[in-house]
Amino acid sequence: MCTICGCGEGETRIEGESDAPGSTAHAHDHAHEHEHSHPHDHDHHRHEHAHAPGVDPARMVAIEQDILTKNNQYAAANRARFDAAGILALNLVSSPGAGKTTLLTRTLEDLDGEFPLAVIEGDQETSRDADRIRATGAPAIQINTGKGCHLNAHQVGHAVDHLAPEPGSVLMIENVGNLVCPAAFDLGEAHKVAILSITEGEDKPIKYPDMFHAADLLLINKIDLLPYLEFDIERCIGYARRVNPRIRILPVSATTGEGMDPWLRWIRLNRDMRQIGLVPDAVARRANA
Amino acid sequence: MHEMALCESILQTLESEAVRQSFERVSVVWLEIGALASVEEEALRFSFDVVARDSLADGARLEIIHTPGVAWCMHCARPVNIERRFDPCPDCGGYQLQVTGGDEMRIRELEVK
Repeated sequence: MCTICGCGEGETRIEGESDAPGSTAHAHDHAHEHEHSHPHDHDHHRHEHAHAPGVDPARMVAIEQDILTKNNQYAAANRARFDAAGILALNLVSSPGAGKTTLLTRTLEDLDGEFPLAVIEGDQETSRDADRIRATGAPAIQINTGKGCHLNAHQVGHAVDHLAPEPGSVLMIENVGNLVCPAAFDLGEAHKVAILSITEGEDKPIKYPDMFHAADLLLINKIDLLPYLEFDIERCIGYARRVNPRIRILPVSATTGEGMDPWLRWIRLNRDMRQIGLVPDAVARRANA
Repeated sequence: MHEMALCESILQTLESEAVRQSFERVSVVWLEIGALASVEEEALRFSFDVVARDSLADGARLEIIHTPGVAWCMHCARPVNIERRFDPCPDCGGYQLQVTGGDEMRIRELEVK
């Protein structure tokens, strides 16, 4: 249970955290904890009534904190946890309809049996995507963000508690379909992977530069449709490199399987890198004893 | 973009700082927002008023300090100012730019009582 939770995300629901769908029981828990840890708010009103306004001299206090400090702290905790367990966490981001879930189910099927896989699904509502993922045999948990337009590190931390991915897993976090907000919220992932489908237009990287700037890998999806569309793949790659000169780009089709091999290889290599130098559990326990 | 979530985060910081630095009311909040931070100022002000209602920052004024977007041009080998992420280098016109500043969103200081 998270005890330092100061979240204002009353709409968030994580599968398995409450029995009734749509219930906000969990969020209420947090809200109460939060109120109790700041009795200050209540005192303040009494204070204002007891004294004339302006009695307290105003003063300046330095803060010098990033607005996203809290999210970044949760993200750092998630990252430390993934590192310790040799888990490769990938944050998959795209517009709605770019084919994230189809690409993901195909990827899970192709990697089945190689190493443990786990999925966190973020959507505003419904658990349809988590159901699709579970059909592949991979454990999945759905986060419904309610009014939220992105996943944050705190929600992911809770989801990881429930999902309990095995050491050495590849954890796929499918973010809410949105190319704007998820760019700013670090979840503790190793890499952001942006997915752009060729039905969306080749100029998306410069229309939504923040996301393509934040991503390490860009998958250009639905390339099986190239003969039917006027999509200039070279121009798209050029735009993506404008906003992010270091981005790696792989054209894929989740439907035909074309281009899947380099993507799977990228996952395997990145996962392998995270196993190197890892302290095995037993050794860690002995070291801590 | 996600101004409401940002404002909730600002308020959380104010509440924890209120305990740490012993103050009860916040009257002015100075924010530093970079040109590349994708923050819509109008939306931020609106969200802040909503989020701050009935809190220690109810009615507080937001002062926004804008900082320029800065990138390192690999071709010119020096820092240049840019307005947006996909802008070319103002000198050589190239796109080999590495953003080095201007994407910050920070709470700089507060006027408190």
